[in-house]
Amino acid sequence: MSKVVVIDGNEAAAWGAALSRPDMVAVYPITPQSSLVEYLAKFIADGRMDADLMDVEGEHSVLSVLHGACLAGARTYSATSAQGLAYMFEPYFRTPGLRLPMVVSLVNRDSVSPTCVWGGQQDAMTVKEVGWIHMFCENQQEICDTIPIAYKVAEHPEVMLPVNVNHDGNYLSYGVAKVELPDQAVVDSFLGEKNVNWHACLDPERPMAVDPLTGGATGAGPATFVRYRKGLCSGMRAALDVIVEAHADWGRRTGRHWSPLIEKYRMEDAEVALVTIGSMSGAAKDAVDEARLDGRRLGLVKIKTFRPFPVVQVAQALSKVRAIGVVDRAVNFGWNCGPVFQEVLAALYHLPLRVPAMSFIGGLAGADITVEHFSQAIDRTLRLAAGELAVEPVWLNEND
Amino acid sequence: MNVQAPPLTHNDYKSDVKPIWCPGCGDYAVLSAVTRALADLGRPREQIAFISGIGCSSRIPAYTNVYGFHGVHGRALAIAAGVKLARPDLTVLAAGGDGDGLSIGGNHFMHACRRNVDMTYIVMDNEVYGMTKGQASPTTAPDWCKSKLTPEGTGIAPVDPCRLALAAGANFIARGFAGNPNEVARFIVEGINHPGFSFIQVLSPCVTYRPEQREWKSIVHPADASPAQIMAEAMHRLAADDGFTTGVLFQGNRAPFQPIGKNVATFADLERKFES
Repeated sequence: MSKVVVIDGNEAAAWGAALSRPDMVAVYPITPQSSLVEYLAKFIADGRMDADLMDVEGEHSVLSVLHGACLAGARTYSATSAQGLAYMFEPYFRTPGLRLPMVVSLVNRDSVSPTCVWGGQQDAMTVKEVGWIHMFCENQQEICDTIPIAYKVAEHPEVMLPVNVNHDGNYLSYGVAKVELPDQAVVDSFLGEKNVNWHACLDPERPMAVDPLTGGATGAGPATFVRYRKGLCSGMRAALDVIVEAHADWGRRTGRHWSPLIEKYRMEDAEVALVTIGSMSGAAKDAVDEARLDGRRLGLVKIKTFRPFPVVQVAQALSKVRAIGVVDRAVNFGWNCGPVFQEVLAALYHLPLRVPAMSFIGGLAGADITVEHFSQAIDRTLRLAAGELAVEPVWLNEND
Repeated sequence: MNVQAPPLTHNDYKSDVKPIWCPGCGDYAVLSAVTRALADLGRPREQIAFISGIGCSSRIPAYTNVYGFHGVHGRALAIAAGVKLARPDLTVLAAGGDGDGLSIGGNHFMHACRRNVDMTYIVMDNEVYGMTKGQASPTTAPDWCKSKLTPEGTGIAPVDPCRLALAAGANFIARGFAGNPNEVARFIVEGINHPGFSFIQVLSPCVTYRPEQREWKSIVHPADASPAQIMAEAMHRLAADDGFTTGVLFQGNRAPFQPIGKNVATFADLERKFES
């Protein structure tokens, strides 16, 4: 029987992880992730969860420990934030190249410097090209449900890629809500028999050394490297369908149907659309509703799966609007606008007609993006639809 | 008329930023010891650089009025070495906690000791990660069960930072107690004056997550011998030590690190250039 509890997002993630029965968890505490891994330690101490937990000396070791465990055939889990992810980067980059199907929660936090321990999505956005699958959750229930889904995707034989399940620091990590905990038997049958690492586990029939040296000016070395790179792209491509199937399967078993790639909110007859990602989407939907009450035809596209980027779905969803406002909680330095905005622009290029779009950046360093902020973004996007161009991003919390 | 500026007092080395530390935290005493030591040395504020990592105690540079940098977690010593090599004329202090210095930064600790750059490193040791709300550190006893992350204890032997420093090659080693800030101030003065890498462990109670450390005041005891000058003798003493002996424990005579390559000009060199 599923159970209804009132918990914060970190505990929801811990439940999602525990129900997925990882064999090995490695951790190093960091704000705002710390309580998540403490919940896991409690589950293990209480006998609710049968996993090894290793409290190591830094995040570089966290992911290295998980590499060893995953290569030995274990289902693995960890969680980190911002600077922890930065310190993890060397093994982080190797993980998808090795096709290790682990799940790591990112409790999103703005990245230093200037020093800050508050929420923001700069951490995840900075590693978007590395080859990890990225899913972003809107609320506590979605966090709990997405982690088992992430294992199903990661371990699918055609995917075999690591997954980051993102939830916003502060707003989701410490925010409390009602969560229906899935029944263990439901999660068990959803995930099926554990077969984490069929391609490189310790198999006495097939002993092998993983990741020897490749590359070089000529010959098979660079060709081998290219084969691996193309393989990773194939895994990413295959993941789009697998993510859709996994969400549908989860919906059939639990009755909770999350939009797997993007969610379209009041888009049927929308003339102007907002694009959002993560926990901000709730306030944005309220702002859309208010605009609708004023007779303006607003809609919203929420991005759940950011990697692989659902190019076709995003382009099609936005193909009929007259203007688009993309709201980011991070900065793409160099383009000096929001990173999700850049992604949306790239997807829109596939449309036969140009749809004007503009970038909004808000919620940095823990700032709240309120319904009023979204209403301002909607007003500005309506002016874009009327022909008032915007080349620079609008910084939503600049004058708070 | 030649007006002489009055000498700086320890308050002149304090900033007006209010520490975030909990009431009763040992780190207040360490801050006080640092500013007293700097006043005793009488060095101008602009000739001192104070580098830290991340954690409760690593906030300390912001509370002083000298050059300061709140660096990357665990990397205070690497940053401090860079500062010292670029500006050998500066007095370089590094500080942080047992987590920053021995866990995530443990690798740098070992190599800073063996490199023996002329600087002073203060570890405020409370045997806990305070900033992330109470997890075991490398100096925590293996059977400490109050952490939510290791509710059955870590089961791992703790590190004695002074033994580690000695084995790795630190040239000056002292252990103080936050309950005796005058003594800590004296160790800091001696550490700064001693050439090479000076390491000072300060037992600095965390009253929030380790309230039992209030008892440290009845456990610490002064060293009953003058500082060892020979490494073997210091090793022998530290091997038998309970971790609560306070005093200067080792004074070595290794020559400080000198970078190979072109010498970096000191401030005095630059001034002479302008005079000629």
